[in-house]
Amino acid sequence: MSGFPILSLMLLVPLAAALVCLYLDAKSARVLALAATLANLALGVVLWLNFDVGGAQWQFQESHELFAGFKYALGIDGIALLLIMLSVFLMPVCIGASWKSVEKRVGEYMAAFLLVEMLMIGVFAAQDLFLFYIFFEAGLIPMYLIIGIWGGADRIYASYKFFLYTLLGSVLMLIAMLWMVNVSGTTDIPTLMAYDFDPQAQTWLWLAFFASFAVKMPMWPVHTWLPAAHVQAPTAGSVILAGVLLKMGGYGFIRFSLPMFPEASAQFAPLIWGLSMTAVVVTSLIALVQDDMKKLIAYSSVAHMAIVTVGLFAFNAQGLEGSMLVMLSHGLVSGALFLCVGIIYDRLHTREIARYGGLAINMPRYALFFLLFTMASIGLPGTSGFVGEFLSLAGAYQVSSWVGLISTTSIILGAAYMLYLYRRVVFGPQKNADAAAMPDLDAREILMVVALAIPVLWMGIYPESFMAPMRADIAALEARIARAAPEGDAKPTAGNPKPAHEEVSAHGGAH
Amino acid sequence: MDWSQSLRLIAPEETITVAGLVLLLVAAWGGDKASRLISIVSVATLVAAMALVAPALCGGAMGPETSAFFGQFRADAFASYAKILIYGSAAVTLVLAPSYFERYDSMRAEFPLLVLFATVGMGMMVSAADLLTLYIGLEMMSLSSYVLAAILRSDGRSAEAGLKYFVLGALASGILLFGMSLTYGFAGTTSFAGINASVSEGLSNGALFGIVFMLAGLAFKISAVPFHMWTPDVYEGAPTPVTTFFATAPKVAGLGLIMRVLLDAFGEQAAAWQQIILFVALASIVVGALGAIGQSNIKRLMAYSSINNVGFILVGLATATQAGASGMLIYVTIYVAMSIAGFTAILMLKDENGNYVEDIPKLAGLSRTRPGLALALATVMFSLAGIPPLFGFWGKFVVFQAAVQADMLALAFIGIAASVIGAFYYLKVVKVMYFDEPADVVKGESDIWHKLILVVACAFISPLGYLLTSWLGETANTATTALFAAL
Repeated sequence: MSGFPILSLMLLVPLAAALVCLYLDAKSARVLALAATLANLALGVVLWLNFDVGGAQWQFQESHELFAGFKYALGIDGIALLLIMLSVFLMPVCIGASWKSVEKRVGEYMAAFLLVEMLMIGVFAAQDLFLFYIFFEAGLIPMYLIIGIWGGADRIYASYKFFLYTLLGSVLMLIAMLWMVNVSGTTDIPTLMAYDFDPQAQTWLWLAFFASFAVKMPMWPVHTWLPAAHVQAPTAGSVILAGVLLKMGGYGFIRFSLPMFPEASAQFAPLIWGLSMTAVVVTSLIALVQDDMKKLIAYSSVAHMAIVTVGLFAFNAQGLEGSMLVMLSHGLVSGALFLCVGIIYDRLHTREIARYGGLAINMPRYALFFLLFTMASIGLPGTSGFVGEFLSLAGAYQVSSWVGLISTTSIILGAAYMLYLYRRVVFGPQKNADAAAMPDLDAREILMVVALAIPVLWMGIYPESFMAPMRADIAALEARIARAAPEGDAKPTAGNPKPAHEEVSAHGGAH
Repeated sequence: MDWSQSLRLIAPEETITVAGLVLLLVAAWGGDKASRLISIVSVATLVAAMALVAPALCGGAMGPETSAFFGQFRADAFASYAKILIYGSAAVTLVLAPSYFERYDSMRAEFPLLVLFATVGMGMMVSAADLLTLYIGLEMMSLSSYVLAAILRSDGRSAEAGLKYFVLGALASGILLFGMSLTYGFAGTTSFAGINASVSEGLSNGALFGIVFMLAGLAFKISAVPFHMWTPDVYEGAPTPVTTFFATAPKVAGLGLIMRVLLDAFGEQAAAWQQIILFVALASIVVGALGAIGQSNIKRLMAYSSINNVGFILVGLATATQAGASGMLIYVTIYVAMSIAGFTAILMLKDENGNYVEDIPKLAGLSRTRPGLALALATVMFSLAGIPPLFGFWGKFVVFQAAVQADMLALAFIGIAASVIGAFYYLKVVKVMYFDEPADVVKGESDIWHKLILVVACAFISPLGYLLTSWLGETANTATTALFAAL
């Protein structure tokens, strides 16, 4: 496999398909888009099978001197591999989800989605700082169009908010990148990950990157674009937004903020914890009072992303691995939940919770899958949500008991708003005649939810498959940031118990 | 230094001048019927002039052998770079113009001639090595431009634009002349090399005043804040092909001239003018961005956009480094391509009677009725906003890289944050074309030349442009090396 530019091919397939889609009629555009995304999924599988777990840190590297000032350099490690897999896996589902619901300007719609896929893969595979930035920023254009053209009633406001918020964050990052390249003399990301910037400069650089990643993540209080964008985006737009685009913020923290600015990361860890704890409590409570299903899930995304940041800034392997798993799990689960909402939205054309009720009676299959994803979102053991949240919170607990304690309320609050949602939509009496008349899932929909349910259970039952590829990279990252890691307040001594007599004397001293 | 060498160095100017004078006679006897022939010959002349200046750029010409007429004129690689852009823009204008003027039944034989003479003036501006050459070139350009703005005599808006441009332009020329006289008085010479030598010890108050007044006059010519007030009115009122011309060639000439004056004549005293440029750059970015928000005429919008972009280009000048100067040249090249693409697209917006559509709300739903045109206009808008992967991003990238390298981080942060304001109004145009229900006003067909120019310019500002970055960077570096070696 070595030498074959598989990453470039994975960029080229969606790009070529996108350009062709612009000229096709609705039916053939759908087929082509599905074929292209499935082909990319197949390429992704080939990529994963050929990824040498425990081998070199960077694999499938390509590098060409095409541009002035930066290179066309691609390459992946385990972290990037998993996120690329998530992207290519969710894309066919997205195309499937919009198979019937999108009727106007199908060719352009499919082209926009394929472009997003290409840019996502580019973001995760880029090994050059400016190449990364170009992919990172370019995603704004297709997403702006997707929200603005195919969104709901308030789509224009949502699209502006999405675009300008994220643009402001990113341009500040650009200046920081220019400065870094000027000082270090390289644009190569692996080299920069090992470069020690002056701790004082790190503070500013970290803040500039934070401005971008915090908005993309999104972290409280700059999360307000997310509910607006989600509610107005079409189902597939929401799936890709929650499933992959939000992961760019987390990926940015793992790839840039932590390894490049370890000292500044430690310095600002309390800020991250504070914002994350606030986000967990505040956005969960906001989610509790929503009567729009998509808004509720959007706010739950913010809460889940806060668990990611808590884990990342725990500075230990559990926290980092847990964060990665939460990102992967959230990508699948929130994507699935938006899909579930989309399925009933296609039937009744409303997202208002009160308009549904008692769906368990007329849509039993739907109720089953919705329940599975609800439980996965809450973090029930055996589903993907549990593994990641448990690890992140365990990691957080090692550095600060308070952070661990307050962040853990997300599980309780998450259970509250998700079960409350599920009860109102699926259980209870059939209040509305039109909701009671909705047909159960058809073959296309079953295919999509089953496709999402399998990895959710897989990740919950045997997470090793997903942890193995990134273990070495997480270990390397942990070693890199160890020198700045803040000291924990708990000091657990498990596995190293003190001898019994000392215990007694300590007690005696205390009395 | 002999006459034959001097005459050889000004070959492009001679070619255009002689062609212009001969064509003037043709116009005198042939009348407006000969305008087509005159246009074709003019374009051919400009292309020939481009071929004449290209060797100096490719060979990186610099130093004393590029100096003509006893240090009055300099035909080095920098001048060649700017002249290629100027001649190219002028040629594009001449190709775009006939169909527009024929619509109003007023394709005059004078039009191509005025463009030619303005082009000669602009060529002299970027080649100036003496205050006198500077002023002659500038006035030659300006006088032709005033007439061009008002060339649609029957149209009130065009006449108004011409008058406004003339009155304010004359004022600016006066201010510039006053600054030049102060500079001359305190430096004792009009040549850039002499001025540079005399201010290298220190800058007297009088010479400082000279710089300020000269900058005020020059800022007017490139429509930088606070001397930008004429721009929206002139851009809106002038016939669209003329606006295309104003947005491209004189911008290149004005910026080239400012670079010559500040980096050559006052290069030793950068600290004296850096603050001024810094203020002008940031003010242009902010005013250009804020002013555009309320506009509903797309030509006015492009006018504010040009103010905004000049601000970004001046960020490169504020660094006073060679990297900054190269960045300016790269940015201005991309900006010329974006302007040509933008105005060509505007020229293609015609309703079913062939009238030109300039109201932005009338573009509603253009993506459904004319997808190709809408895509081109959206490309221009995103590119002007500097959103990657479009090529407009590269221009911002290089100037801000120069600013960061020169340790001007505050300037970089403020400038780039203000670009987000600018993004807002570019997005508005895209929103109208893509999100709104079709108004179905734009229906007219355009000729093949418009389409060709639009496709070529759009291909340049599309992501394909990045393949040119190495070549563009090297060429700009050659040009600025010559600029910095001029003394």
